[in-house]
Amino acid sequence: MAHVRVLIRNRPGVFDPAGKVVQSGLKRLGHDVGNVTIGKVIDLEIPGDVASVTQTVNQMCQQFLVNPVLEDFTIEFLDGVS
Amino acid sequence: MRVGVVVFPGSNCDRDCAHVLSLVGATPEFVWHRDTDLSHLGAVVLPGGFSYGDYLRCGAVAKISPVMSAVREFAAAGRPVIGICNGFQILVESELLPGALMRNESLSFQCKDVDLRVESTATAFTAGFEPGTELRLPIANAEGNYTIDERGLAELEEHGQVVLRYQNNPNGSVGDIAGISNRQGNVVGMMPHPERASESRLGNAVGRTFFESVLNFVS
Repeated sequence: MAHVRVLIRNRPGVFDPAGKVVQSGLKRLGHDVGNVTIGKVIDLEIPGDVASVTQTVNQMCQQFLVNPVLEDFTIEFLDGVS
Repeated sequence: MRVGVVVFPGSNCDRDCAHVLSLVGATPEFVWHRDTDLSHLGAVVLPGGFSYGDYLRCGAVAKISPVMSAVREFAAAGRPVIGICNGFQILVESELLPGALMRNESLSFQCKDVDLRVESTATAFTAGFEPGTELRLPIANAEGNYTIDERGLAELEEHGQVVLRYQNNPNGSVGDIAGISNRQGNVVGMMPHPERASESRLGNAVGRTFFESVLNFVS
């Protein structure tokens, strides 16, 4: 069973109001901080080898997990793959 | 005419829509999200609310529900479909309409009356208006900030698909867009709630025209 992490973030140029609010909060606390963006983490357990799991998760992202108008995604394998 | 009002888990404007459909002389029929037969209906309403708790993204889970496969076929046959508020979010997630709805620029849930202008009367739901009609309708949403890339926006404008525009943009939407249609004009999505402004005893009955228009369109 592969443990896969899908990281979803706004595409460049897509307004990220939550990131802006967190940025201004950090500044209020005295931190020197540039852009802050907030995304999503989805962890999945999927049976299969790296190639097939990568293909499956890509398909999941395109069909459902990600809105391609607003979001980009990357896939990470968290540990060993069966 | 029988008009389907789709009920997803978390829909909360379904009964309001059915009530107004009755007022204008239609026969509303609730359609459960697992139903797949819409063939007997003259039009379909995707009402507002929080379908499936707005989990993942607003409208994302609804787009993979069984009823939406049927709604896609219904729309592809040129039959009228309107999505109001969460229904609009479902239509863009389902790619029945282009673009996307983002979090409001203010980050706030916006619940108030807004002034609008009818930009297109070439749709099943706005044919009863005069072009350029100004009207006031309530909005109630946190993700009403419509966006689309420059090319998509140019296409919407070129083909007259911008249906409603805010006069004072409440959420940062591109082009002050409050509602759009597909190219054929049978699918309309809008953030404002016409069903909440369809009775004079509520102080505003202008929303009724959206529902009357589709009855005339079908008959």
